[in-house]
Amino acid sequence: MSQRQVLQVFEQYQKARTQFVQTVAELATRPQNIETLQNAGVMSLLRPLLLDVVPTIQQTAALALGRLANYNDDLAEAVVKGDILPQLVYSLAEQNRFYKKAAAFVLRAVGKHSPQLAQAIVDCGALDTLVICLEDFDPGVKEAAAWALGYIARHNAELSQAVVDAGAVPLLVLCIQEPEIALKRIAASALSDISKHSPELAQTVVDAGAIAHLAQMILNPDAKLKRQVLSALSQIAKHSVDLAEMGVEAEIFPVVLTCLKDSDEYVKKNAATLIREIAKHTPELSQLIVNAGGVAAVIDCIGNCKGNVRLPGIMMLGYVAAHSENLAMAVIISKGVPQLSICLSEEREDHIRAATAWALGQIGRHTPEHARAVAVTNVLPVLLSLYMETESSEDLQVKTKKALKNILQKCTYLPALEPLLHDAPPNILKHVVGQFSKVLPHDSKARRLFVTSGGLKKVQEIKAEPGSLLQEYINTINNCYPEEIVRYYSPGYSDALLERVENYQPIL
Amino acid sequence: MATLARLQARLTGQWEEYFHRNRTVDEYRKVEHNAAVQIQSWFRGCRVRAYIRYLNKMMIIIQKWWRGYQGRKHFRKMVETAYFIMKMNFYNEMAVRIQKRWRGYYIRKYIHNYYALKKYLEAISVNNDIVRKELEEFAEMKEREKEKKDLEKEEKKKDHQARKMHYLLSTEQIAGVYNSPFRQSPDPMEVRLRKAKPFSYRRQQMKKHFTDEISDWLTCTSTLTFPSMKPLPPIGRQKPQGPFRDTAEVLQQRYKPLEPTLRVATSINSLEKAREEIKREEWRNRINDNKFLPFSSCHKNQDYDPLIHTSSKYGQMTYGIKHFREEHYEKWIANKDFETVFPSINLFNKFGQTYSKAGQIV
Repeated sequence: MSQRQVLQVFEQYQKARTQFVQTVAELATRPQNIETLQNAGVMSLLRPLLLDVVPTIQQTAALALGRLANYNDDLAEAVVKGDILPQLVYSLAEQNRFYKKAAAFVLRAVGKHSPQLAQAIVDCGALDTLVICLEDFDPGVKEAAAWALGYIARHNAELSQAVVDAGAVPLLVLCIQEPEIALKRIAASALSDISKHSPELAQTVVDAGAIAHLAQMILNPDAKLKRQVLSALSQIAKHSVDLAEMGVEAEIFPVVLTCLKDSDEYVKKNAATLIREIAKHTPELSQLIVNAGGVAAVIDCIGNCKGNVRLPGIMMLGYVAAHSENLAMAVIISKGVPQLSICLSEEREDHIRAATAWALGQIGRHTPEHARAVAVTNVLPVLLSLYMETESSEDLQVKTKKALKNILQKCTYLPALEPLLHDAPPNILKHVVGQFSKVLPHDSKARRLFVTSGGLKKVQEIKAEPGSLLQEYINTINNCYPEEIVRYYSPGYSDALLERVENYQPIL
Repeated sequence: MATLARLQARLTGQWEEYFHRNRTVDEYRKVEHNAAVQIQSWFRGCRVRAYIRYLNKMMIIIQKWWRGYQGRKHFRKMVETAYFIMKMNFYNEMAVRIQKRWRGYYIRKYIHNYYALKKYLEAISVNNDIVRKELEEFAEMKEREKEKKDLEKEEKKKDHQARKMHYLLSTEQIAGVYNSPFRQSPDPMEVRLRKAKPFSYRRQQMKKHFTDEISDWLTCTSTLTFPSMKPLPPIGRQKPQGPFRDTAEVLQQRYKPLEPTLRVATSINSLEKAREEIKREEWRNRINDNKFLPFSSCHKNQDYDPLIHTSSKYGQMTYGIKHFREEHYEKWIANKDFETVFPSINLFNKFGQTYSKAGQIV
C-alpha cells in the first residue's frame, strides 16, 4: 500500500515535470511570452530538466531552450553562460534522434546571433558531434545539424575554417544528393555560407565535388532550393577566375537563364547575382555570357522586377560593358540602354540609381558611337539633375559625375548636349563646351543649329577665367562665327546699341 | 833741284788740295755711303720681292690645284650622300606604302574586322531574340502549369468539402441548401455532393495521432532514407601542373565510400541483443532448467562459525563485512567515482582514414 503511495508521488512529480516543460515549449513559440518567461527565470529551471531521467522531458526541455534562444541574443548568451552547451554536446553523441534534433536546434538558435556565441559553440567541441550527426540516417537529424553548421559558418572566415576542419564539407555534399528537398535546401545554404568568405574555402567546397551537384539542382522546380543553389554557386564563383570558369564548365548556361524567368523574386535576384559574379572577372567570360544570350535575358529580367531585385542585373550590365567596346556595343544592341534609363527615372533608392549611373557611364565611355547611343535616350539631363540634387547621397553624386564626364568626353551628338548647356555647373559645363568646340568647326549645319537653338547666346553668357580651358573652348567656338554675330549675341549688346543711339549725332 | 823746288811749290798747293780732296771725300763719304746703301737696299728689295712674287705665284698655282682637288673630292662625297639619301627616301616611301597597305589589311581583317563585328552584333541580336522568345515560352509554360496546379487544388478542395458536408445532400422530401426549388438547375456543389463518398469516422480519429510536436518545426517528414545516387564523376578539366599526389590516391580519397564510425554502425539496442544472445546460449547449453538449490538439510543444525581473524571480544571487525578496501575519504579530491564508460573518441576513428600519412611507418 505505502509502496504504491510512494510510487504515486513520483508519478505525480513526473507528470508535473512533463506538463511544465511542454507548456513552456508551447509558450515559447509566441514572442510576447518570452519576456515574461525570461523574467520568471525559466533558464535556470530548464537546465536541470535537460538531465532528466525521462527522455521525453529531456527532448522537450531542449526544444523549449532552443525556442527561447532563437528569440534574441540575450537569452542565447544566458544559455552559453549557464554551461548548458557542454551537456548538450555530450548527450548529442549518445541520445536518440529526437533528442539530437532538439539539441541541434538549440545549437543553431544560439549560434545564429553573433560570432562570439558561435565561437563559444565551437569552443565546447560541438562541431565534431554535429559532423557525426551529419552521418546519421535520419534526414531530420541531418537537416538540423546542417542548419546549425550553416549558421555557425555564416559569421566569419575563422568559424568557416573551423567547420571545414571538422570535416563537414564532404558530408554536406552527400546531403545535397539526398532525395529530401528540405535537406537539400539546408545543405546548399550551408555550403553557400561556408564558401562565401575566402577563395580557399570556396576551393575546398569545389574540391569536394559540389559544383556538379549544385549545377544539376538548378533544374529542380522548388523555388527555395533554387534560391540557395544559385546563391551557393555565386558565392563560389565570385572569388577568382578559375572558380568562375569551373562554374561555367559545369554547363550552367543557358539553364540559368530560365531561372531569370522564375516567378519567385529571389530566384531571379540570385540568378542575376550569379551571372554578374561570372561576368565581372574577364572579358572572355563576359563574351561567353553574351554569346549565350545572357544579356537579353538579364535586360528582360530588369524590366520585370522592381526595387533591390534589379540591382545585380544592372551591375552585371555595367561589368560586361566595362570590359571592351565590342561588349558594350553588344549591350547596346540588346536594347539595354532604354531599359537602364527607365530604371534611372523609376527607382527612388540612391544605391540603385548610383549603380545605374555607373552602368550607363561604362557603356557610353568607349567611342562616340556608344556615347551617342546613350545620349539619344535623353538620359543625360536626368544624370545631371541627379548630380545637382542636394538630397542625393555622396556616392550617387560621385558616380553620376564620373558617368557624365566619361560620356561627355566622347559624345558628339549635339542635340543631346544642348539642354546641358543651360543647367550645368562649371565643371560639367567645360566638358560640354569642349565637345561643342570640337564638333562645330567642321560641321556647318551644326553651326546653324547652334545659333538658332540659342546655344551661342548661352555660350556668350558663360563667365570663364581668361587662360582657363573653358575660355579656350569659348574662343574656339567664337572663332567659328563671323564677328558681328558673336557681338550680336554677347550680353549687353542691346545696351551697347542703345548707347550708340544716344551718342549718335544725326546728320542734318 | 828745280824740279824739286817746282814740286815743292806745287806740293804746298797739292797738300791743300790733297787735304781738301780728303776732306770733301770724307764729307761726302757718309752721304755717298748712305746713298749707296739705299740704292743697294732698294735693289735687294726688288730682287727679294720678285722672288717672293715668283714664290707666291707658284704657291697660288699649287694651292689652286690642291683646293680644286679637295673641292671635287668633297663634291663627289656630297653627291654620293645626296644620292644615298634620295634612294633611302624612295625606299622609305615605298616601304611606307607597303606597310600602309599591310597594316590596313591586317587590322581590318584580324584586329578590328568591321564586317565581322557587324555580323557578330547582328548574330547577337538574332540570338537574343531567340533566347527571349524561348524564355517567354518557358515562362508561359510555367504559368500554364501553375494555373493547372491551382485549378486542380481548387477541385480537390471542393471535393474534400463535398465529402465533409455530404449530409447537405438534398433528399426527395427536403431540398438541400444547394438545390433550391426556385433555381432551374441545381448548383454545381449539389452535383459534387451527389458524387461524393462520405468520410468514415475512423479516418477522423487517425488524423489526431499524426501530430508529432518535435518534428513540426522541421520539414523533413519522411522516415529513414539512404543515399540513392552514386557520386557524380568530376568535371573534365585540365590537369594542374606540378608534382602532386598520385591520381589514384586522390581519386581514392575523393570517392571514398561512406565509412560510418563503429558507434554509428552498431544498432541502438546492440547491448540488449547481446544479452539476449548470451541468455539464449546459456539456455541452449543447459541440460537442466531447474535452479540448483543448496543442500539445506546438511547444515540444518550447525551454527555459523565466524572467522577468527575478524571477530574479537568486542564484536566483529567491520573489515570484510562493511568494507573491503582501505579508503581514506579525507584524501579524495572529488566526490565522484571514476567513470567506467566513456564515449568513443572521434579522433581515433579517423586513424588510417585521413588523407595525410602522418604517423604511418614509412
